Amino acid sequence: MSAPSLFAFDAVAAVLAIPVVAAALLALMPGYKATARINVAASLLTFAAALSLFVTERPAPGQYLLVDDLNIVFIVLNTFVGFTTSLFSASYIAHELETGRLTPANLRFYHAMYQVMMFGMNLAFVSNNIGLMWVAVELATLTTVLMVGIYRTHEALEAAWKYFILGSVGIAFALFGTILIYLAAQPVIGEGYDAMVWTLLVERVAAFDPALLNVAFIFLLLGYGTKVGLAPLHAWLPDAHAEGPTPISAVLSGLLLNVALYAVLRFKILLAANPEAISPGPLMMTMGLTSLVFAAFMLYRRRDIKRMFAYSSIEHMGIIVFAFGLGGPLANFAGLLHMVMHSLTKSAIFFAVGHIAQIKGTQRLSAIRGLTETHPALGWGLVIGVAAIAGLPPMGVFMSEFLLVSSTFARQPLLAVPLVFGLLVAFGALLLRLTGVAFGQPRGSRQPADASYLPMYSHLLLVLIAGIYLPPPLVAWFQHIANLLR
Amino acid sequence: MQGPVYFDIAHMLAGGLVLVSMMMLYQDRLYALLNVFALHSLLLTLSVAWQAFIQGAPHLYVTAAIALIFKVVVIPVALHHMIRKLGIHREIETVVGIGATMLAGIGLVALSIVVMLRVTPEADPLTREDLAFALSVLLLGLLIMVTRRNAVSQVVGFMSLENGLVLAAAGAKGMPLVVEISVAFSILIAFIVIGVFLFRIRERFDTVDVRALDDVRGRRRK
Amino acid sequence: MVLIHHLLVQIVQMALVVALAPLLTGFVRKVKARLLRRRGASVLQPYRDLTRLLRKEAVVAENASWLFRVAPYLIFAATWVAAAVIPTFATGLIFSWTVDLIAIIGLLGSARFFLALAGMDVGTSFGGIGASREMLIATLAEPAMLLIIFSLALIAGSTQLSTIAAFMTYPQVGLRVSLAVALIAIIMVAIAENARIPIDNPATHLELTMVHEAMVLEYSGRHLAMIELAAMLKLLLYLSMIVCIFVPWNLKGPDAGYAAYFTGFASYLVKLIVGGAMLALFETATAKMRVFRVPQFLGAALMLGLLATLLRFVSRSF
Repeated sequence: MSAPSLFAFDAVAAVLAIPVVAAALLALMPGYKATARINVAASLLTFAAALSLFVTERPAPGQYLLVDDLNIVFIVLNTFVGFTTSLFSASYIAHELETGRLTPANLRFYHAMYQVMMFGMNLAFVSNNIGLMWVAVELATLTTVLMVGIYRTHEALEAAWKYFILGSVGIAFALFGTILIYLAAQPVIGEGYDAMVWTLLVERVAAFDPALLNVAFIFLLLGYGTKVGLAPLHAWLPDAHAEGPTPISAVLSGLLLNVALYAVLRFKILLAANPEAISPGPLMMTMGLTSLVFAAFMLYRRRDIKRMFAYSSIEHMGIIVFAFGLGGPLANFAGLLHMVMHSLTKSAIFFAVGHIAQIKGTQRLSAIRGLTETHPALGWGLVIGVAAIAGLPPMGVFMSEFLLVSSTFARQPLLAVPLVFGLLVAFGALLLRLTGVAFGQPRGSRQPADASYLPMYSHLLLVLIAGIYLPPPLVAWFQHIANLLR
Repeated sequence: MQGPVYFDIAHMLAGGLVLVSMMMLYQDRLYALLNVFALHSLLLTLSVAWQAFIQGAPHLYVTAAIALIFKVVVIPVALHHMIRKLGIHREIETVVGIGATMLAGIGLVALSIVVMLRVTPEADPLTREDLAFALSVLLLGLLIMVTRRNAVSQVVGFMSLENGLVLAAAGAKGMPLVVEISVAFSILIAFIVIGVFLFRIRERFDTVDVRALDDVRGRRRK
Repeated sequence: MVLIHHLLVQIVQMALVVALAPLLTGFVRKVKARLLRRRGASVLQPYRDLTRLLRKEAVVAENASWLFRVAPYLIFAATWVAAAVIPTFATGLIFSWTVDLIAIIGLLGSARFFLALAGMDVGTSFGGIGASREMLIATLAEPAMLLIIFSLALIAGSTQLSTIAAFMTYPQVGLRVSLAVALIAIIMVAIAENARIPIDNPATHLELTMVHEAMVLEYSGRHLAMIELAAMLKLLLYLSMIVCIFVPWNLKGPDAGYAAYFTGFASYLVKLIVGGAMLALFETATAKMRVFRVPQFLGAALMLGLLATLLRFVSRSF
């Protein structure tokens, strides 16, 4: 063993260990200022550790952990947004403490849970064992359930309960699917841990029983799809986004949905490697398109600003799942890019929305007007964010959507019609709402915002850069992954 | 170890779980539901222990013991206590009639049998049956969750659904311990979560009827 | 000679069921009384009741039609025929080849039909209530019973009780969940059909709840004796049927010797005693349910019948 490889293993361990240590520390420490700082510092360290994965040599895939081209992207994105959200959270939570919506005891719990959640998500990304991945996804989900209910209002409890019930259905289906995968693998690979190791599964999947794989994938798609927020199973998502603390909404939209998506992708790769199994594409495309069109229409009748952006998340998850379902280098590339862009943009929007809702003391769209006049920094941030998420050039989301639409027209022209239709409907809805919120007659409180603009604008800047110029190494990297995904 | 008697006992225990799941659909009293759930978990314990014996897999005994301690004793007793303490209405309100629910349940059992038997023609007959029954129990648990309005009975539905998962995991030969322990853990965590919720719900309103929560939402949206 | 032997066995069987039916009822009552720490009447009490009723004059309501007078005999005859072909101590009874399970259900159904008609014939309100409730129960109990028979027939490959009983003794049948479900379902149906607790209470005359008693309220004397005996026969019939299908041990074939028949008979008696005691125990431990819950109860039996049919398909192929 050479020294660099040892160091690389340390990087993976660090990505996992830092959140755990931080969670333990935060659970024990009183005081708000110090804990918020530790939260930020821990998130930053995790992000640094994740970045080091790029440069260091990767460890050989083991029974439990794996680092490959696909999950590095997810991990880095995850830790980056986790870091910026912790920055935003520090200023957001201070305000909540002032207004008395949260008590210091709540806060300690909140910070500890935040790190546990980061740990769960990172673990899900680096796990090479489908059982371990399941455990990690569940861990992340349960912590978010707890955080969604943290305000203890009627609505928050209802949202958390609904999230919990639907989430547990997802839990059950996903585990059942996992067991079925194991059963399919067991005759070929043999009993024991090996039959759950993803890298081994992919190598030998061609010999698995295709019928069992098909059923397993359907369960996995339903199970993890519930957590992605795909259309028939999305009911928890708007409530959970609207009622929890806004940093959690940002993390839910920006990260947790990606975790579930990552799980679906892993199994999609698995299934695609077996020539006799059903092709997962049509299933995913159907669910994606349904989510897209459904959520696009739902956008029109929202009265709650966070709920509206939650539906927008469903819409974009639909687009991404559709892209990966369509498959092929171009569509996969578009899906990957779109996922990154969506995470960045949507969390930026939630950063803005969080501060806005705090200033106005409400989340009702009708009570929020004329923001560019009263709070230009926040208002324009929101305008840019919404423009980006609606797919206006020159932002990165436009780029990925453009790639996807052109790829769809080239390969499945018929499907392009509902796709473009859904995109346009959502575009109209978002702009309609945006004009009122940003440019209407100012209404409500005008007190200056005590906000941290750095997280929001750094995200938006990245999205803008991605829309104008993608660095060739990144493009090459993404293309490589896109080929990997088939 | 194979043989008609080994097979028959496993078959009876797993099939018994399906039957008890149907019985849970039929209950209209909370206490009775809890008792039936305890019976359900007891059958699960026996079933898992039997699988451990047949497969010669000692780690499954641990799973069985966890099921016995938590799901047969601790959780039903705790829920009994909770119902008494919170003064929860003891009748279960259903969304649709019991007859229709049971008919749907039969449909789900038929579905899972058809699906699982069709996709596993080459598997060991014991595993096949186990999977078919496990999926039935899972779907029936889901049905309980969907058709009951009361939070406690939804919780019970969830736990019976977990029982189905444990059955499936135990039936899959040589499945590593990680998963079983994690299942037990998730149940535990889930229970803590639920417990916290029930108490919080109680703090805020005088009911654990989930419909009350819907009413709140309805008013807000007006 | 063989024919005479077969005929003889059949005649013994016919006599046996009639002779044993009141005893079973008396026994169940006695056990119930004991469980409630009462002394209870002698197990022979039903015989005494029946002979007393037979001696008494039959009073018939003025506006009763001929049907009212004929019905008790028809009911008794139909039930008796059905009971005569259930293998109690011997299988392959000579008459049983003409009647399979479905026909037995048909016979009991026609007995019920006449009973309901007779209940309505006089035109009292009680008779009407009883008849309508009886029909309510029947509409659910009979499909449930048929479903159970289907599942049994699917497993055993026949609706003929003797064949089913013979099949059940094969070692490869083993423990089957579908059979267990069918057993539970058939017990539920039997409870409903025989008007036992929790569906109906055979010992009360409470207007709100009675079903069977309401229909026979107008009967007296030998008519009542016939109907009561038919009810007792029906209880024996169901118990024998359950025993014959699910515990078919020590049933003798059609050509066995007298000694073999004797041991078969002894084990039949043991089965009856155990079954009767269990029924009494169950009745004592259960509360009667509201009439409105009865459809649910029977609906559950129906579902179980369906489930039994379904689960049969997971079982090993026979």
